[in-house]
Amino acid sequence: MAASSRAQVLDLYRAMLRESKYFSAYNYRTYAVRRIRDAFRENKNVKDPVEIQALVNKARRDLGIIRRQVHIGQMYSTDKLIIENQEKPRT
Amino acid sequence: MLLRTAWRRVAAAVPVAPGPKSDAPTRGLRLRVVDHSPQSAVPSDTATAPQAESMLRPLYMDVQATTPLDPRVLDAMLPYLVNYYGNPHSRTHAYGWESEAAMEHARQQVASLIGADPREIIFTSGATESNNIAIKELEAAIQPDTSLVSVMTVNNEIGVKQPIAEIGRICSSRKVYFHTDAAQAVGKIPLDVNDMKIDLMSISGHKIYGPKGVGAIYIRRRPRVRVEALQSGGGQERGMRSGTVPTPLVVGLGAACEVAQQEMEYDHKWISKLAERLTQKIMKSLPDVVMNGDPEHHYPGCINLSFAYVEGESLLMALKDVALSSGSACTSASLEPSYVLRAIGTDEDLAHSSIRFGIGRFTTEEEVDYTVEKCIHHVKRLREMSPLWEMVQDGIDLKSIKWTQH
Repeated sequence: MAASSRAQVLDLYRAMLRESKYFSAYNYRTYAVRRIRDAFRENKNVKDPVEIQALVNKARRDLGIIRRQVHIGQMYSTDKLIIENQEKPRT
Repeated sequence: MLLRTAWRRVAAAVPVAPGPKSDAPTRGLRLRVVDHSPQSAVPSDTATAPQAESMLRPLYMDVQATTPLDPRVLDAMLPYLVNYYGNPHSRTHAYGWESEAAMEHARQQVASLIGADPREIIFTSGATESNNIAIKELEAAIQPDTSLVSVMTVNNEIGVKQPIAEIGRICSSRKVYFHTDAAQAVGKIPLDVNDMKIDLMSISGHKIYGPKGVGAIYIRRRPRVRVEALQSGGGQERGMRSGTVPTPLVVGLGAACEVAQQEMEYDHKWISKLAERLTQKIMKSLPDVVMNGDPEHHYPGCINLSFAYVEGESLLMALKDVALSSGSACTSASLEPSYVLRAIGTDEDLAHSSIRFGIGRFTTEEEVDYTVEKCIHHVKRLREMSPLWEMVQDGIDLKSIKWTQH
């Protein structure tokens, strides 16, 4: 498998953010979006291709976790938090 | 998969996650809240407002009591609740072997977080059981001069960090066993059992975004620390804690420890930032607020504030949209003020006015801002109603008053 290109990393980033917005729990949703942004930002200057590949692999695993947990959260979702009504929906 | 994609296209117009359309019965306590603007002074008991009533849950600001599961932890646990249900002590088949492998992997994850060897980790039902095992060791000791020092690493009421490394050094030099209840500290501040010369440590799963009902005790092997088992039976966990090890729970504990190790620095930065925001905003807008606990040796995620001339319980009730606590959950049924506050010399009346704000990995800036806003609003309102406050405003020194007896 060829080393991950910039385009692939960006695709992964977008996929993770997009998926995370479907968490029905406010706290999980906000954490996932924040953590993903900060993690990709923190690692944006990594040059070593081996390290990049390791990070990409971990991100792919995390994307799998997000997908499964979003699904489970939606099956067991409950009422929104008091704070979700006051601000605009997209956090 | 196809169903999800189709549903996804339909839902694509709505960027926010869909509301409660789950099949599972909702068991939450449903708050009937009138959705009124922040400026309104009256809490929503009186149903005067014509706005639509909605069922909304309070914000969670009580992480010292317990923490939500991290999704990564639940993801690690689920396979062991669905398909990999073997008893980890079954030696004769694959179900047992795979369960045992998971248990040992979890043991390694816990050990790695505190700088221990996996052989030094015994799984228990929680930090309380671990504490009991550690204290019972004292009774098991024969020599008259053997003793045990037991200290909390981070206090759960006021967030004070004890000087563990120093205590460890002293205990080690005096040949005294050193136990610490690290339930609130594990995964939040760096801990190393060798650097800090800790002999026994209690760990709790549900304080670090792991499952409830599981914990661990760290028992030093070199030099050997002998403990007596609380629970006897089939000899599991090296005879120190009999009973089938609950694989799904320990997998969760292990995953929580691994996540905590990876996220410790990031979480600490975030929590410190929010803690600063909360205390600054409150202190700036309200006079006569005291932060309990040493400001220097303090874990930022646990903020205990006393609001003078306001009764703590009434403030808690007023802040019904936010899940908070005054003092610790384990004594919340009694009305006595916190022994911790009394021990640090807090005045009786200030001890009754204390609220504990818990900030954790999943807390948001918006939650902090909302909590601060409501807190300021209700403290002002309650003070307006307080005759003591009125006297203070008039310049009377409350300590000079001679209260008559009836």
